[in-house]
Amino acid sequence: MSEPWEEEGPGTIKKFMYVNRKAPYGTIYALESLEVVLIAAAFEQDVSMAFLDDGVYQLKKGQDTQGIGMKNFSPTYRALEGYDVEKLYVEAESLAERGLSEDDLLVPVEVMGREALAELMDEQDVILSF
Amino acid sequence: MTMLHTVNKSPFERNTLASCLGHAKSGSAILLIEDGVFAAVQGTAHEDTVRGAVADHKVFVLGPDLLARGMRPEQVIEGISVVDYGGFVDLTEQHDKVQAWV
Repeated sequence: MSEPWEEEGPGTIKKFMYVNRKAPYGTIYALESLEVVLIAAAFEQDVSMAFLDDGVYQLKKGQDTQGIGMKNFSPTYRALEGYDVEKLYVEAESLAERGLSEDDLLVPVEVMGREALAELMDEQDVILSF
Repeated sequence: MTMLHTVNKSPFERNTLASCLGHAKSGSAILLIEDGVFAAVQGTAHEDTVRGAVADHKVFVLGPDLLARGMRPEQVIEGISVVDYGGFVDLTEQHDKVQAWV
């Protein structure tokens, strides 16, 4: 007897977007988002991650958490590719307001304007916010 | 009475820093910690506000929180002093009271 979830065959692939709007370390949101994305990667859906507002700080190069006694989870963003999470979108306006540029980021991303990101959000089946 | 104000929220996400600056008396000290450290960095949309604060207050930023977020002490706005945890303790000891803007 197979389990019910095994009988369904290849289900419909949905578009999932994880929206990240919080800086790392000050709150748990950034780390939790990363955990959920890695778990959800096992379900072979069409996954993308968007970084806007303070969420762009999650991708800042050169994070060194030794002094605060917390785990530096920023290298994990570079491992996402290995889990087929390859679509990382960063909002240009959020970078600019913070004096950051694409060169400040630790992983290759697609930088896009607010309007383009809004379009992308509109195309999703599911949006999960962190 | 001398007051030390601590601000631990990002100026982009909350109005904590603005509220602190609206209430902090001239000459009092302000220490930026946790996500509050983003206000100390040059080139952000809040730079002018923070430069104004530096003119009127002693402003400090906690180094370990800067480094954790990938920011270097050289990127901090001129006039802001970077302190470590020992410096944080010294500041609390040097002031009569601490007001935490959370």
